[in-house]
Amino acid sequence: MYTPHTESEIREMLAETGANSLDELVAVPPAIAIKRPLELPDAQPETTLVRTMEGYAARNEALGYSSFLGAGAYRHYCPPVVMSLAMRGEFVTSYTPYQAEYSQGYLQAIYEWQSYIALLTGLDVANASVYDGATALAEGAIMALNATGRRAVLVSRAIHPNYRAVLRTYCRGLDVEVDELPVAADGTTDLSTLEARLAEGRYAALALQTPNVFGAIDIPAPEARALIEKSGTIPIAVIGEALALAALATPASWGAQIAVGEAQSFGVPLEYGGPYVGFMAATKEHLRRIPGRLVGKTVDAEGRNAYVLTLQAREQHIRREKATSNICTNQAHCALVATIYLAALGASGLRACAALNLARTQRLAEVVTAVPGFSRAFSAPVFNEFAVRVPAGTTAAEVLAGLEARRILGGVDLGRWYPELSDCILMCATELTTDGEIDALAAALASIVARETAAVR
Amino acid sequence: MSALDTPAGALPATMRAIPEPLIFESGAPGRANRYFEAAPPLDQLVPAGHGRAELPLPDNSELDVVRHFTRLSQRTFAIDLGFYPLGSCTMKYNPKVNDAMAALPGFRDLHPLAPDALAQGALAAMYDLERILAELFGMAAFSLNPSAGAHAELTALLIAKAYFAKKGEGATRRTVIVPDTAHGTNPASAAMVGFDVLSLKSNARGRVDLAAILDAVGDDTAVCMMTNPNTLGLFEDQIAEIAAAVHAAGGLMYYDGANANALMGNARPGDMGFDLMHLNLHKTFSIPHGGGGAGLGPIGVAAHLVDFLPTPVVAKAGENGTTSFTLEFDRPDSVGPMRSFWSNFAHVVRALSYVLSNGGEGLAKVSQLAVLNANYVRVKVREFLETPYDELCRHEFVASAQDLKRETGVRALDLAKALLDRGYHAPTIYFPLLVPECLMIEPTETESKETLDAFIATFRDVVETARTNPQAVLDAPVATPVRRVDETRAAREPNLRWVPPSTP
Repeated sequence: MYTPHTESEIREMLAETGANSLDELVAVPPAIAIKRPLELPDAQPETTLVRTMEGYAARNEALGYSSFLGAGAYRHYCPPVVMSLAMRGEFVTSYTPYQAEYSQGYLQAIYEWQSYIALLTGLDVANASVYDGATALAEGAIMALNATGRRAVLVSRAIHPNYRAVLRTYCRGLDVEVDELPVAADGTTDLSTLEARLAEGRYAALALQTPNVFGAIDIPAPEARALIEKSGTIPIAVIGEALALAALATPASWGAQIAVGEAQSFGVPLEYGGPYVGFMAATKEHLRRIPGRLVGKTVDAEGRNAYVLTLQAREQHIRREKATSNICTNQAHCALVATIYLAALGASGLRACAALNLARTQRLAEVVTAVPGFSRAFSAPVFNEFAVRVPAGTTAAEVLAGLEARRILGGVDLGRWYPELSDCILMCATELTTDGEIDALAAALASIVARETAAVR
Repeated sequence: MSALDTPAGALPATMRAIPEPLIFESGAPGRANRYFEAAPPLDQLVPAGHGRAELPLPDNSELDVVRHFTRLSQRTFAIDLGFYPLGSCTMKYNPKVNDAMAALPGFRDLHPLAPDALAQGALAAMYDLERILAELFGMAAFSLNPSAGAHAELTALLIAKAYFAKKGEGATRRTVIVPDTAHGTNPASAAMVGFDVLSLKSNARGRVDLAAILDAVGDDTAVCMMTNPNTLGLFEDQIAEIAAAVHAAGGLMYYDGANANALMGNARPGDMGFDLMHLNLHKTFSIPHGGGGAGLGPIGVAAHLVDFLPTPVVAKAGENGTTSFTLEFDRPDSVGPMRSFWSNFAHVVRALSYVLSNGGEGLAKVSQLAVLNANYVRVKVREFLETPYDELCRHEFVASAQDLKRETGVRALDLAKALLDRGYHAPTIYFPLLVPECLMIEPTETESKETLDAFIATFRDVVETARTNPQAVLDAPVATPVRRVDETRAAREPNLRWVPPSTP
């Protein structure tokens, strides 16, 4: 209990208010009163509470396993300095910075976050954050719908299935059509029908994820870029692994006007899926269609530099049903974590981290495909994850179950999302993946195959 | 007031006055990377033709990073520093143990795609919190999928749309009824689902008018969105009749849970006739606001809407001793997922920890004391400022500076800024819109009588100063890191990012 009232204070305060009892203060008409005692847990003192919560945590046995899971949530090293700063009470327990004079520090941090995202994506402006990568895609699509007046969007089937599912949820609400481009044999988006699709003139946006859900770098070639440019369809870059931005060509460099994505990789813990932090960046032409909060730099009454929430005429608390989005609460604290992470690593640290991700992933791919029967499912170059095809006659699910028995989480069964890829595993390696873990994985795969072969005989 | 004459709770005087340069204006190339072992150069690893040209981010020493963000923290006000009488935002104490529980490695390092069998603790925590919320608010089921209140509103309206489509009424039920006291997210959410918004005027008692509802509902009614108590802090005592009217017309009742801190364990939206509701766990359940998020906005539904909840749903199998939990994705009537992964799970842990700390009886007491604190502040503020709805309030109340403005020229905004100088966050101002020069005050239950008394004395002093020396209040704030900021310039000449000097 965190209420400070003593019994005598309660009596004294009740007397001031003119009420006779606490019950009187919260009374409701009899017709809607609670009819029976509620079945709720008893209070636990903090010592008991900690044991209870540790009990829940202990049942998450996955923590004892070595893991090659990625697919939109990545295990990266977060230097202790990041949480040590981010968990300062001034940051954790502050309110949305509507009172600028009382929030200069946080506002400046968000301005720095916007700057980092703009610099990483190569685009002009970025917002203060949205919920996560999937909702960032949905909000980006809405920006394009509003910009073009069109009522359909075209997305690659190689975009993370959860992102596409959320986009569909949002688009059902708006009665907007979502069409998909297929995946080519090399694991990138098949753009062979692009010209015909764009010629329909129906699409507000074309969304491509890079690296895509198979880990493949997936950006349009110059000819496709030219087609997009003259079509009036707005190209949206989707980024599921923000660390890749430190190493790979920026969304702006291939013509994306809007970049949306997930910045969990920048120091935000896995936490079973959230909270993470969606980011949105765009060219300046789209500035007034960007949803959510924006921090701007200005001056105070004495001419000193000052930061303030700005262009609020786009937002729900001013514009109500005419707002660019309904978003209010965003992911400010996760964005702060990411900002501190980016500051701590700097360009040098980010490039070193990205290099390790590439190196470990290349080694993982070499070692795994050296096991007889295992091969890369796709040939396109990747960043830190890739699809592995398991030996004929087995399924990804069987292989993963075999690895699980050896306390290894070998990756994501792509059959979960793509029925035709039920013999493929999406494997991820980061700077935290050790040579020992990679070798143990390969040994386990070899022994699983040997056992399967023996069983067949 | 001098810049060094700092009241308790205000920003530290020594640091707050010193401007902090941007992180981009410090550092030197090569000063960073103390964290990773050597790898081959990036250029040799990046697939040919796919590398980026430059990465114009600063390299700072770790000490400089620590000082930078520590200084920024010292230029930021927070609950840990002082009192927020901020209406509708429920700025209560955020217990530290909850943060510690969310940081347990068993939660913190759990991957969302871990097999269900190896994530039983996380799934059990979600399931248990959902069941507790359902009992506490009288709903059949809750989903922890939506990320915040507005996100939950959107989810609820998508559910309503799917529900009416399934009943064959999708084409006709196009109207969402929203009272004029509603939060701005309500109409904005309705627009995101293509609904038309019908705004209802409150009556003289500050309530939704039953006659107006009866007049408004019809075959086109999809949803009536209300919060109870409303944003004036008043209980909608005709809620049962309003719900009956909306239901008789075939519509659904939606409860905006932003004000749920007023009724936990003392009344339930389910018993009032609401079919759908959300909670802001970052308000009522003590999750820290974190400077504007992340939040968590669970959505609750009555039995007839359970099938429409977003995916995945946490399903429980087995009883006593052999229970197991799974994430269920195959839900044909579901509106679909609202987010990348299942929930803002760290906040599930915080909220569950909060619920278990308080227990059912404790939560009921929380709401009673929140209402007591609000009424205590109300009867004191009434002595020096107009309070338009003069009756027992719930967890918050509104005052008005309309008379004061007429007499002195001092507006609600000026009072708010003068409070900043004295170590208090401003109340919510100019909301709800129907009260001119509105100041909306919600003390929450975690503030002690001493804190409330000190706030009341300070607020009284500000109002008296406005009467005797209005210019002193109009000039406020003077003791904050910056004075009033030029918002017009910020909007006219948007400067939203740092630009490297080399870029033309």
